[in-house]
Amino acid sequence: MTILLFLVPLALLLGLIALVAFMWSLRSGQFDDLDGAAHRVLMDDDVEDDQ
Amino acid sequence: MTAAFDYQSLVTKTDGGLNRLDAAIEGMTCAACIGDIERGLRDLPGLVSARVNYTNRRLALEWRDENFDLTTAFARLRRMGYELHPFELADSERAETETMRFLLRCLAIAGFAAMNIMLLSVGVWVGGDIDPETRDLFHGVSALIALPAAAFAGQPFFRSAFAALRAGRLNMDVPISLGVMLALIMSVYETVTNAEHAYFDSATMLLTFLLLGRFLDHAMRRKTRAVAANLAALRAPLASRVSADGDETRVPVAQIKPGDLVLSRPGERLPVDGVIVSGSALLDDSLITGETARRPASAGDVVYAGSLNYDGVLTIRVGAASGATLLDDIEKLLDKAAHARSRYMRLADRVSRLYAPMVHLAALSTALFWMARGATFHDALITAICVLIITCPCALALAVPAVQVVASGALFRAGVLLNSADAIERLAEADTIVFDKTGTLTAPAPRVVNADIIDPATQALAAQLAQASRHPLARAVAALTPNAPAIEAREEHGLGVSAMIDGVEARLGSVAFCEMMPQVEALGALEPDISLVAFRHGERRALFQVRQILRSDAGDAIDALKARGFAIEILSGDRPEAVEKIARALGVEDWRGGLTPAEKVARLDALRDAGRKTLMIGDGLNDAPALASAYVSISPIDATHITQAAADAVFLGERLGPIVVTIDLARRARLLMRQNLGLSVIYNVFAVPLAMAGWLTPLIAAAAMSGSSLLVTLNALRAAPSAATSADPVASDAPAPEPAE
Repeated sequence: MTILLFLVPLALLLGLIALVAFMWSLRSGQFDDLDGAAHRVLMDDDVEDDQ
Repeated sequence: MTAAFDYQSLVTKTDGGLNRLDAAIEGMTCAACIGDIERGLRDLPGLVSARVNYTNRRLALEWRDENFDLTTAFARLRRMGYELHPFELADSERAETETMRFLLRCLAIAGFAAMNIMLLSVGVWVGGDIDPETRDLFHGVSALIALPAAAFAGQPFFRSAFAALRAGRLNMDVPISLGVMLALIMSVYETVTNAEHAYFDSATMLLTFLLLGRFLDHAMRRKTRAVAANLAALRAPLASRVSADGDETRVPVAQIKPGDLVLSRPGERLPVDGVIVSGSALLDDSLITGETARRPASAGDVVYAGSLNYDGVLTIRVGAASGATLLDDIEKLLDKAAHARSRYMRLADRVSRLYAPMVHLAALSTALFWMARGATFHDALITAICVLIITCPCALALAVPAVQVVASGALFRAGVLLNSADAIERLAEADTIVFDKTGTLTAPAPRVVNADIIDPATQALAAQLAQASRHPLARAVAALTPNAPAIEAREEHGLGVSAMIDGVEARLGSVAFCEMMPQVEALGALEPDISLVAFRHGERRALFQVRQILRSDAGDAIDALKARGFAIEILSGDRPEAVEKIARALGVEDWRGGLTPAEKVARLDALRDAGRKTLMIGDGLNDAPALASAYVSISPIDATHITQAAADAVFLGERLGPIVVTIDLARRARLLMRQNLGLSVIYNVFAVPLAMAGWLTPLIAAAAMSGSSLLVTLNALRAAPSAATSADPVASDAPAPEPAE
């Protein structure tokens, strides 16, 4: 059962990484405009304007 | 546009030393507009970032130095077809955003803790042959996760419970906090004594689900606040402030301070209370005093906000600033609607006031009962904790308010504000609809009806001239070419405006002013409700016919209401011939014209005596008696007198569609309130006795309670129509075309 001494902290660490990632995305405003983000992915903002 | 709008007062500084301006965008209809707007502004000198928030329909502009010119940015967007309306973020909205972020953070932590503890708990439950050392290890790790997580994520409940206790009251958060804390303390004790069971999983799961419910509630409120701020920015009443050196700027009324000088033109409502410094005019005080005769006012006279300036230019020294912005007014109504004490709400209130003490009493007596029956203190306490958890928060206390919040938010987004507490229930019960004609079925502002036979170049020229006047008829002409640049023009009181264009005098105004009597005679007899506006510029002449027209969707709205089984009537004070024409156009058989206000009331009373529940839809200002005597009432209204209407609900905008939406929403909300009450009564009747009998573990109690609360909250969310079908007041409800300001 010594494997648990390794597995339990590993599981917690993985969960913690996800939690930190979520907190970071919340702080950086990624949840402020949920509708816009869905559309922005479709925009060709890397293509030069030919207007 | 005679004066520049003063944007500088709304610019804020960011942490990075940048200037920032937030504005609501009008005219944004689809996602492609995001790219249009951002790309369109990108090459402006000095601009650091322009970011569109598509959810809120807002634009945030950030710039560093004085190279950047806001007016250029606004002008460029206007050319692209978007109008920007800058606004200040209301404190309530800022607070709502902060609370929501905090709740989301709590939710994330509680969720993380609950999932990881569950991972360990599952091992303890199914591992029949788990050795005691491993079990203790798992319990210990669970404690290490649960205690800090609960200390952070439980804050929303602990704080509220503590505040209530300090004020000597009990609220729903007291039993929740007590249940969570007891469960945690119990579990720590069990862990230390190497016992078989711990309840960290129950405590954290309970917190997670409670936070989820609270988060959903706040998300709904925040969305409504955001729309309120946009709407207020779009329709904020403006005033012309005159500075010491005679410059004139347009500023939101809320920014006017006592002592400022304000200019008022003919056709405008006075934006402030104050004393006239110069100028004289006839004022219509009917909004304030009810007196319809106009009163002459000149230098030295005291005037009040809301009076209509008929014919003169006044300079007013501001006595008292309004202090209340349109946003304040809207928010007041929103709060009123969300906390309205409807019949169901009063019932739920009474129940929850009794409920909190009863919960504690029940838990305590359960513990005492089991101890008296010879159970150990430990077992009795666990049963008591189960009772606490399973009853809190009462699904009953959530059931009705949740529906009320969701429904009033959805109504608001459709452009309707509730003014009275139980309007939703009464709206849902109405079976007859009575319309007023003028200003209700017809559009609030008159329109030019013969535009198609007038040369467009002449129209554009006339519109330019009309920009200089605030007369309602001139505004109708100006509306023909919405963005025509204004020209310097002289206004002759009661006659019209004139200006030199290309060396020739152009005139717009009464027929006599333009000397066009022969042309009018050539037209022959006109219908009596048509007013004529004449225009001449050298040999170029035109006669604009201006009249009241039906609201754009009046026919559709009446059809939709008929399809819902309503009996529809029109009661009007106007001449019977005019009413008949409108009634025929709309397909309404039941109409009466030429009624006095008393006769309207008599007709409504007759309907009531016949057992009908009447919804009266009429102008909130002059139909007040009829509105008051109907079972329930709705008024169309413009932004300046939003809180003065006597109706149960008011709607903004040119369309009648909001009435249909209101009725559908009200009916659905009432149904959901009943469902929710039923659900929570059933839940309590079954779950509480089980918990008191000691048949439930804290985990099952937590699951059952969370399940019931989530069920009523999710059911309440159904009160709002899906995003696709709900009207967006910002996009679809643009103000009727007016001369650009």
